[in-house]
Amino acid sequence: MEAERFELTKLPLGSNAKIVALKTAGLARNRLLDLGLVPATIIEAVYKSPAGDPVAYKIRGALIALRAEESRQIIVESI
Amino acid sequence: MGLTNQATGLSGLLRELPDSLGDKADALIALAGNPNTGKSTVFNGLTGLNQHTGNWPGKTVVLAKGAYRYRKKEITLVDLPGAYSLLANSADEQVARDFIFFGNPDVIVVVTDATCLERNLNLVLQVLEITPRVILCVNLIDQAKQKGFNINFKKLEQILGIPVVPAVARDKKGLEELKEAIHLMVFGQYQSQPKTLIYDEALEQGISQVQQELDKLFHKKMNSRWIALRLLDGEMAIVEQLLEMMQRMEEPTKKEVRLREEIGVDVGFKQGV
Repeated sequence: MEAERFELTKLPLGSNAKIVALKTAGLARNRLLDLGLVPATIIEAVYKSPAGDPVAYKIRGALIALRAEESRQIIVESI
Repeated sequence: MGLTNQATGLSGLLRELPDSLGDKADALIALAGNPNTGKSTVFNGLTGLNQHTGNWPGKTVVLAKGAYRYRKKEITLVDLPGAYSLLANSADEQVARDFIFFGNPDVIVVVTDATCLERNLNLVLQVLEITPRVILCVNLIDQAKQKGFNINFKKLEQILGIPVVPAVARDKKGLEELKEAIHLMVFGQYQSQPKTLIYDEALEQGISQVQQELDKLFHKKMNSRWIALRLLDGEMAIVEQLLEMMQRMEEPTKKEVRLREEIGVDVGFKQGV
């Protein structure tokens, strides 16, 4: 069965997913890659700010906050 | 806004450095690393807080500079701004990158955080694309141990092809070993052997085409593969730096000027330029 693919914004707190693609290009893409958001990376949604945006994610040993603007560009699949 | 030399502050730094080094410094070492890896603790540990911070013209990026003596050699150390990447997303990262490429340090020590080593290795690989003269300092190994991480440093050394020095800079652990590794790389026989990252065929073809042109322009005096990669990446900021570099290549250095005065004749130092 194909794993379900969705935007990172839809990942519930406490859940894990695997990054499959980044929909950005250029500098914004470089930035995300530098932060460790490389395809096949496991990512976990850890905290949500009171307003719901940004959300803190655990990525390769570090906690990184992403705005929905960015996390919408990140496609993950359930694991 | 034109990204002039002044704006990056690099030429100011390059001009200032040889003067302040005088004749007594034997090597120039740059410290690079992600933010919050304890880079400055390593810097202070090595220099014994012997640094003064310099604010180079044009940008509010502070580069700390210090010195230490080891085995009768005077070593100058430059603490670069913390950077996740050398692809120049920010002013800080651009200063770090430009210094590593155009500042010609003898060795670059990349300080990494042992508790999230994997994400730090991104920067290590990027520095290795510029120069093989890199030492990896894995800092905060005490915290990594607490978290239950067991790092195989020998294996890491094998894979990267460069010296790897574990450290707890806060407790001054590993700093003597780091000095020794630096000494061996600058004055000893140590030859680092990092692997070259090979890209896909189409890109490699493009790289070699651009490289050929660059080698003609710069007489193979720099790592044209890395410049070719940046140009193919559409990076325009690097072009200004290249033009500056061509200018510097044509200007006689202070040493050359002094030699010329001493000898009294115009010696043809810059043949072919």
